[in-house]
Amino acid sequence: MLTLENVSFGVQEDRKEKEIIHDLTLTIDDHKFVVITGPNGGGKSTLARLIAGIERPTQGRIAFDGTDITDKSITERANLGISYAFQQPVRFKGVQVLDLIRLAAKKKLAAADACVYLSEVGLCAKDYINREINASLSGGELKRIEIATVLARGTKLSVFDEPEAGIDLWSFQNLIAVFERMRDRTDGSILIISHQERILNIADEIVVIADGRITAQGPKEDILPGLLGTASAVDACSKFYKGGQ
Amino acid sequence: MAGSVTFANVDSIQMQLLEEVAGLHQVPAGAYNIRANGQMAARAASANIEIISKEDKTGIDIRIKPGTKNESVHIPVVLSQSGLTEMVYNDFYIGDDADVVIVAGCGIHNGGDGDSRHDGLHRFFVGKNSKVKYVEKHYGSGDGRGKRIMDPQTQVTMEENSYMEMEMVQIKGVDSTRRSTKADLAAGAKLIIRERLLTHGTQFAESSFVVNLNGEDSSANVISRSVAKEDSTQIFNAEINGNAKCAGHSECDAIIMDNAKISAIPKITANNTDAALIHEAAIGKIAGEQIVKLMTLGLTEEEAEAQIVNGFLK
Repeated sequence: MLTLENVSFGVQEDRKEKEIIHDLTLTIDDHKFVVITGPNGGGKSTLARLIAGIERPTQGRIAFDGTDITDKSITERANLGISYAFQQPVRFKGVQVLDLIRLAAKKKLAAADACVYLSEVGLCAKDYINREINASLSGGELKRIEIATVLARGTKLSVFDEPEAGIDLWSFQNLIAVFERMRDRTDGSILIISHQERILNIADEIVVIADGRITAQGPKEDILPGLLGTASAVDACSKFYKGGQ
Repeated sequence: MAGSVTFANVDSIQMQLLEEVAGLHQVPAGAYNIRANGQMAARAASANIEIISKEDKTGIDIRIKPGTKNESVHIPVVLSQSGLTEMVYNDFYIGDDADVVIVAGCGIHNGGDGDSRHDGLHRFFVGKNSKVKYVEKHYGSGDGRGKRIMDPQTQVTMEENSYMEMEMVQIKGVDSTRRSTKADLAAGAKLIIRERLLTHGTQFAESSFVVNLNGEDSSANVISRSVAKEDSTQIFNAEINGNAKCAGHSECDAIIMDNAKISAIPKITANNTDAALIHEAAIGKIAGEQIVKLMTLGLTEEEAEAQIVNGFLK
């Protein structure tokens, strides 16, 4: 279980403190599939970075399975069982896909076992396992490899920051299937930052964040109808044809 | 497997160096010449490969018969005596239609106060249609105050439709190195040079490549990947001259850390309208996001940094 208690976060901008997250309290229960949505610039990605430890709150506490992790490093949080998939995955010259999956799994996986995770995200494993994670990979391929690293970790909490960003429509359909399978199989909880209606639609719970505050929270059945037609729940096509978020 | 100590005149420190620079832990298959502390320590020829000592100066001639296929030559040099300085001249004559692997390399262990230095001039004459893979590793060890210095020069003459792949590696331990490599390519010849370099401490490394694409449809690709740590300095010069219809590409990609300094000076000259030449050079530190990504997989910052450097130089 993850709990954020009265968490605030601000940055220095033009010599003034600009607060991005205001006194936010949130609990993510075990075995839950939670989607956080809300307008751009509302603080969603910042929240994900605060959970992974990439940013530290200016106030408030974060606890994971009863341990206060507020002052714990990214590494410590990762080893306690928090995974984080980047919105814009990082490229590494010289590091192969297999290397990264092995690092994620924390064991010397056989290539065949590593391939399972790639197949899961719809990549033909034998074409990718020895590829370098460099500029030769497209944004969509990188994104899927990023998701595969989180699958390989198999931790108690997996946080995905806008997994649909940079992915084409065809891959997006498959991405939904990946998350559906994850929801059915995983032991832990899944937290996804997304405005995509189809991702919201498979959530157990939806949290809406705007201006750094929670403006709505509850079971999908209660929250989603109020979001339809707004920027917080766009359909897949508007992402591609209307230049939506 | 043969026993671990296999060369009568090679001690255990030298054996370690041999393992580092040439992957040798037993007598290699094929021809070899092992030089230890300025002396020939072991030598073997094969039916197709002759190794002959030069009479006028220090060094050897390696003669590979035309048509020799799938054979290898190992010619590592190791120095473990502090203060030793040497210069060797090795010439490789590779006949037409051959396909061989040549493994050179130099390891210096300096546990004393005198500078140890190995300089070499390697000349390659690659015959028509021949394929050569050349691997040269440099390695230094020992905690003496004396420096470990290597200044290798390589000159390559490639005949028509020959192919040469050169892999030059220097990972740690060499205090000062000035590498100069010059190649002349005839029609249809193809040269690939891959350099990997890591410097640390106050080390200095300079690599200079001059490739002359003289024949029609000759091509060259010079790729350097390097990491400079601590207070070390690196200079990379790559010059490609297109004198015919040809294709040339050079690429220097460097990671800079701590207080290191790196210069990349690519130069391309076209003396023919059908010469297609490209150079690329990039120097940058490890991206913070790369470290963060690996930390989210549970690595510490130091482990993440090592992983990124190892991958980059792999």
